[in-house]
Amino acid sequence: MNGPAAPEIALVGCPNSGKTSLFNALTGSRQKVANYAGVTVERKEGSFVTPSGRPVKILDLPGTYSLRGRSPDEIVTRDVVLGRLAGEEIPDAVVCVADATNLRLVLRLVMELKAVGRPMVLALNMMDVVERQGGRIDVERLSQELGIPVVSTVAIKKGGTAALLSAIDTLPLHEDPPTEHGWREPSAAEIRAAHAEAARILHECAFHPGNEHLTRKLDAVLLHPVFGIVILLAVLFLMFQAVFSWAAPAMDLIKATIEWTGVEVGGVLPDGLLKSLVVDGIFAGVGAVLVFLPQIVILFFFIILLEDFGYMARAAFLMDRLMAGTGLHGRAFIPLLSSFACAIPGIMAARVIENRRDRIATIMVAPLMTCSARLPVYTLIIAAFIPDRRVLGGFGLQGLVMFGLFAAGIVSALAVAFVMKKLIWREAPEPFIMELPDYKMPAPANVALGLWIRAGAFLRKAGTVILALMILIWFLSTFPAPPEGATGPAIDWSIAGRIGHFLAPVFEPIGFNWQIVVALIPGMAAREVAVGVLGTVYALSATGDEVGRALQPVLAAAWSLPTALSFLVWYVFAPQCVSTLAVVRRETNSRFWPAVMFAYQFALAYVAAFATFHIAGALLR
Amino acid sequence: MSLAVDIATADLVPAGLVADTSDRLGRRSRGWSGWVTGLTPAADLTITWTEMERRLLEMGFVEGARVEILQEGPIGRDPIAVRVDDLTVALRRRDADVILVAEA
Repeated sequence: MNGPAAPEIALVGCPNSGKTSLFNALTGSRQKVANYAGVTVERKEGSFVTPSGRPVKILDLPGTYSLRGRSPDEIVTRDVVLGRLAGEEIPDAVVCVADATNLRLVLRLVMELKAVGRPMVLALNMMDVVERQGGRIDVERLSQELGIPVVSTVAIKKGGTAALLSAIDTLPLHEDPPTEHGWREPSAAEIRAAHAEAARILHECAFHPGNEHLTRKLDAVLLHPVFGIVILLAVLFLMFQAVFSWAAPAMDLIKATIEWTGVEVGGVLPDGLLKSLVVDGIFAGVGAVLVFLPQIVILFFFIILLEDFGYMARAAFLMDRLMAGTGLHGRAFIPLLSSFACAIPGIMAARVIENRRDRIATIMVAPLMTCSARLPVYTLIIAAFIPDRRVLGGFGLQGLVMFGLFAAGIVSALAVAFVMKKLIWREAPEPFIMELPDYKMPAPANVALGLWIRAGAFLRKAGTVILALMILIWFLSTFPAPPEGATGPAIDWSIAGRIGHFLAPVFEPIGFNWQIVVALIPGMAAREVAVGVLGTVYALSATGDEVGRALQPVLAAAWSLPTALSFLVWYVFAPQCVSTLAVVRRETNSRFWPAVMFAYQFALAYVAAFATFHIAGALLR
Repeated sequence: MSLAVDIATADLVPAGLVADTSDRLGRRSRGWSGWVTGLTPAADLTITWTEMERRLLEMGFVEGARVEILQEGPIGRDPIAVRVDDLTVALRRRDADVILVAEA
C-alpha cells in the first residue's frame, strides 16, 4: 500500500466494560494474539476499515481503572498510551470504552486519558441496556462537558458500532505525536477532586434508575454462604463431567483419525527412518497432545461463559478465604481446576490473575493437579499390582488407590503454595479489592470467537514447540540404530537407552530398574508415552491399548510391589512433561521459573518415591 | 477538606490505643448501610498507604459515597461484597478496616 501506514487506535476501558466484545465487533476474526515484547501480557491487535474506506489497526489494551499502572497488565496499558513501551508506536488515537450503565469510575479514567492529549472518542457501550432499564444519557451534553466526541454503541448487536466507526473517521489521525504528554500520576487529593467532578457531570447528563435489582437477587443466592458453595460445587462438577466425558467421543475420533492417517501414510512410505520419523515421531507424538483439543475447547467454553456472565469474580469471592490460607489468590481456583484436564490450559487460564506474584504461585503448583495424561500410567500399574478386592466395607482397593493419587496431588499443591508463601514471598497477600460486575447474558458470537482464538493458539503451539520436542525425543530414542544381528529392544542401543543406563544408578535408590529409567525419557514428551515405551523395552510387539493389557503380567513378574508403588508416587510429583515446562517458560517469560518448577518437582518426586520404596519394602519384609 | 487522618500523626498512635473500631467498614455486618466518612492508615499494610488510599478511591470509596454490605463470604464472614454507589466491590475485611463509615 502506498502512503502512510494504517493509523493505530488504542482501545482503553475499565474491566468489565464490554471492551473485548466491542473489539470483537469491530474486527471480527481479523485478530492477532501475541505477547508484548519482554512482558507476559497478551497483545491483541485487530484491523478494520472505516466507512470512508480507511484501514485502521486497533489494539485491545488490558482493562484498568487508572493509568497509574499497578499490575503488569495495567503498566502495559499506561506505557502504550503514553508511547513509552519499547516496540510499540504511540497510538494515533484512543477509544475509551465505558459501560453506559456504570459511568462513575470511567469518567475519572477519561479525565486521565484526556491529559495525555491524543485524539480521543468515548464509546458508551451497552446503551441498549440503559434504555431498557428506563435510564437516559444526554450524549451531546456529556460530549460538551468532557470536551471529546461521545458516541453510543451496542457491541453485541449487528451494526451497533456504526456511530463509533463514523466518529473514528472524523478524528485527526496522522497528527504528529506530541513530544510531551500532560499526564502524571494523580495524587489522592486529585482522585477525590476527579470523583467530585465525575459526580457533577453524571448528575447533569445521566439519569439511571439503578439496574442492580437482578444482580442483587442473583447474588443473594449465588454468594449465599451455603447455597453459593453448593452451586459452585455443582458448576465445578458439571465442568469436570463435561471435560472428562463429553470430550471422550471427540477425543476418540481425533485419536482414531490420527492413528488411521499415520498407518495410511506409513503404508505409503518405504520402511526406514523416514517412516519411523513420520509414524512414531510426528503422528504418535503430536497426536498424543492433539487429542486434548476437545478437552481444552470444552474447558475454555465454560471459562469464557462464566467470565462473560460475571460468575468468575463470584467464584473468586467464595473461594478467596480458603485459598488465602495457602497463599493463593481466590482467582487461582479456576486455573487449578482446569489443570485436572491438562496443566497447559490451566497455566494459560492463570492469566485471569492480575497480580504477577499470585499468578506465578498458581502456575508453579498447577502441574501437581492430576492431569488426564497420568491416567493411562496409573491405570496400568494399579491393574498390575493392586489386588481387585473390597476393603473398608465395600470400597474397591484399586479405586481407593486412584483416589489417593489424586488427593496426594491436591494436598501437595496446597502445601507447596503454602511453603512458597512462607519461603519466597513471606509478606501478607496483596489487598483483595475486586469489582463484582453486574450479571450479563453472554453473547454467543463472542463466546465462539473466544473459543476459536484459544483453539488456534493451542494448535499453533502443537504445530511448533511440541512438534519440535517430539522430533527431538524420537531422534534420541532411535539413534544410533542397533548393530546388525543385535538382540534386545532397539531403544536399548539408542541415545535414550544409553542415557537410561547412565542414569540408572541415580534412580536405583528409589527402586527403578534401567527399563523404567529408559521409559521416563520419551515419557518427557507426554506422560502416557511411557506406557508404550515400557512395552517396547520389555520387547512386546503389541500396539495401542493392547500394550497395557499385555504388559500387566510382564510388569507384575518383573517389578516388586515397592518398585510399582514408588513408580506411582514418582508420577504424582515428577516434572514429566516438557510441554508444561515450555508453556511455563512462555507464560512467565523467564527461564528461572521453569527451572524452579523442574527442580522442586524433581526433588519432591525423588524424596516421596524414595520414602515409598523403603517404607513399603520394610513393611513387606 | 479531607476527613482522612494525617499519616504523620497516625503513625504515632500505638495500635493498641485505637480501641474503638465501630466506625470501620470492616467491622460491619451484612445488611448494614451508611456512607464513607474517610480513609485511615493501618499499620500492617503490604503496600504503601498512599497506594492503598488511591486504590480504594479509584474503586469509588470517596468521602460521601453510599455503602451497603450486600454479602459476606462463607468462611469467617470474609470477604465482604459492598455496594459503593452504583458499583459492587468485593474486599477482605482487613482491607475494609481502613474505610471509616457512619450509619445512614
